[in-house]
Amino acid sequence: MINALDVAMTRRIGEFELDVAFTVESGISVLFGPSGAGKSLTLALIAGLLRPDTGTIEINGQAVTDCAQRLYVSTQQRRVGMVFQDGLLLPHRSVLDNVALAVRQARGRRARRAIALSWLERVGADSFADRRPRSLSGGERQRVALARGLAGEPALVLLDEPLSALDASVRAELRGLIRDVIISTGLPALLVTHDAVEADELGDHIIAFEAGRVTGRRTVDRPADADAEARRDVPSSDEPS
Amino acid sequence: MERWREVAQTLGPKQKLTITVATVIVGLGLGFGLAHLFAGAIAYWGVVSGPFFTTVRVAVPATLIAGILGIASGYGLAKGRFPGRDVLESLGSLPIILPPTVVGFYLLEVLSPGTQVGGFLTRVVGHDLVYNVDGCIVAAAVAAFPFCMRAARSAIEGVDPLLEQSARTMGLAQWRVALLVTLPLARRGIASGLTIGSARALGEYGATLMVGGDINGKTRTMSLAILDAFTTPEKNTMLLILVLMAVAAMTGVGLLGRSRS
Amino acid sequence: MTALIPHSWLNGLGIPPWVWNPLSISLHAAVESTIVVAVVGISLGYVLARGRFPGRGAIETLFSLPMALPPTVVGYYLLTRLGGPGPIRTLEVHLFGHPLTFTFAGIVVAQIVESFPYCVRFSRSAIADVDPRFEQAARAMGMSRARIALHVTLPLARRGIVAGVALAFGRAMGDFGATMIVSGSVPMATTMPLALYNAVFFGSHEQAMVLALVQVGVALAILLGVSRLGRVRAW
Repeated sequence: MINALDVAMTRRIGEFELDVAFTVESGISVLFGPSGAGKSLTLALIAGLLRPDTGTIEINGQAVTDCAQRLYVSTQQRRVGMVFQDGLLLPHRSVLDNVALAVRQARGRRARRAIALSWLERVGADSFADRRPRSLSGGERQRVALARGLAGEPALVLLDEPLSALDASVRAELRGLIRDVIISTGLPALLVTHDAVEADELGDHIIAFEAGRVTGRRTVDRPADADAEARRDVPSSDEPS
Repeated sequence: MERWREVAQTLGPKQKLTITVATVIVGLGLGFGLAHLFAGAIAYWGVVSGPFFTTVRVAVPATLIAGILGIASGYGLAKGRFPGRDVLESLGSLPIILPPTVVGFYLLEVLSPGTQVGGFLTRVVGHDLVYNVDGCIVAAAVAAFPFCMRAARSAIEGVDPLLEQSARTMGLAQWRVALLVTLPLARRGIASGLTIGSARALGEYGATLMVGGDINGKTRTMSLAILDAFTTPEKNTMLLILVLMAVAAMTGVGLLGRSRS
Repeated sequence: MTALIPHSWLNGLGIPPWVWNPLSISLHAAVESTIVVAVVGISLGYVLARGRFPGRGAIETLFSLPMALPPTVVGYYLLTRLGGPGPIRTLEVHLFGHPLTFTFAGIVVAQIVESFPYCVRFSRSAIADVDPRFEQAARAMGMSRARIALHVTLPLARRGIVAGVALAFGRAMGDFGATMIVSGSVPMATTMPLALYNAVFFGSHEQAMVLALVQVGVALAILLGVSRLGRVRAW
């Protein structure tokens, strides 16, 4: 079986040196570790926002970065969907337009908006589709960011501390949503967090990071049925038909 | 609005009276000025309209040219990673402090048919560029350009690079990121640069004088005509028009610069 | 007044008088006007950036007007205010013994008005960008307002302020329209821009070229210096 993501790379930034190698299969993999461990840097390298000094990155068996070959596929062509810590929604566009901009698979404004709206429904954000990002609460913003990250039919979803900027109560609510929506798409996802509870609740696999190195990995024991059972009472996690 | 209400609550009756009186006086002044303007514009329209339309015919295309080139070069300066960007910016900024006579001198070197470049250009265009409205447009565009360029550069550099990165992860090509994300987010700064640039284009005097030649009905803009009008009755009308345009431009710049959130 | 450097030195340096005379007048006037502009402009910039009173925007717009007005209009207003009958001329005569129009002092005034907005806008913008927490910390240390301004705010904003003063100096050196009207092109007040204009239309092409080059050099040096000072959003 081809891994969803194969990473083996190094990158030096000043005194800090990142040197990691890991693979990601289907499901949600969590990069877990203290801040400053190089988790977000790893995501930026995978997304192609930065270039590693040495090494390779393969998505679905396809090399997108290969330093030896001087191969750097542009971020645009990597088909990654990314969710940032504070959403980074474009402030001058409506919620719907933000998501529609990310839709790659359809031509035409109307078709893109229809797809965007269906994604907003899936994350429970369709009721504020016409609002501006500035007027949203933190939790609402991250719902939209999640929809935007998924709307482009990516090959890989990257989530960079998607819940860290939120209040505890909102965080708990969104944890279930994120897991359910991503699992329902069947897409492999890589999520960065420094929160142990979050790592355990969201992840299928946990990759521990410390000081720029992978220090361990384990699989979370997660009976599928119990998982789905536990989420049933979260209204926004309803599966779309 | 909130702030004004707060300020109003802190004022005593005496201060309120002062402000009211001041407002009335300013209002009367403005009203009188506008009445004077309209009356003057009607009375002296025959004399004023020529320079007025010449000014518009010069300033509008000049601002357009300076705006397009300014935004493009501002973008290049902000995003480019090549050495010598500061030197290029300084060269482009020269018209801000360079005497307009120097600008005019070099424009004459480049545009007049007697020189090598000018001769070539004249043949290409098919008519003389100097002592013509074309020359005035070039002079005004040169005067406006640095303001557009500098404002565009700093506004574009002020756009959060994370937002541009997030757009790239959405699969937007580089030119679409520029068009859909960077420029819209930098629009206020760019607009304020264009506003002040247009004001400079409207008011250009020295280079226009040298390149355009101050020909009545053809290249005599208002800032040139005002010199001859000093002793005539239409002087005040012209002055009022120019001052009002300047006030409008600087108010626009102030408003665009302020509500940056 | 223009003999800041003896002519014999200049002959040694090979600078011809038709360059040196206008250049020295320009430099002299620009130095004087820049001193005035810096003192008043930085103070006004501080008040506009840190003051909390209504009408700040109006004041800033008012003092920025010379940026948007044709220099001929500025020159005209100066000519009539300085030279026309009225209290200002009475004051001038009282202070200087004669009206300032058609004199060296007249061009200094013209340059002050033309270059003032650059100094004010750059100072205001640089001071507004200073993190107010530094000033709060200084206040907690018991420093007086004036000392905070002098020892905390202004030093932190110095790059933008210096850039503004340098641009103001450049503008003062480069003013043509207002200077021409106020000075009336009398020889004592023939600055570089006026000398170039005269050279283009009444003198030799050679001289015009040299005069233009000198001014490009001065302007380029100033702008390069300004760009090294970093970014200020002044408009």
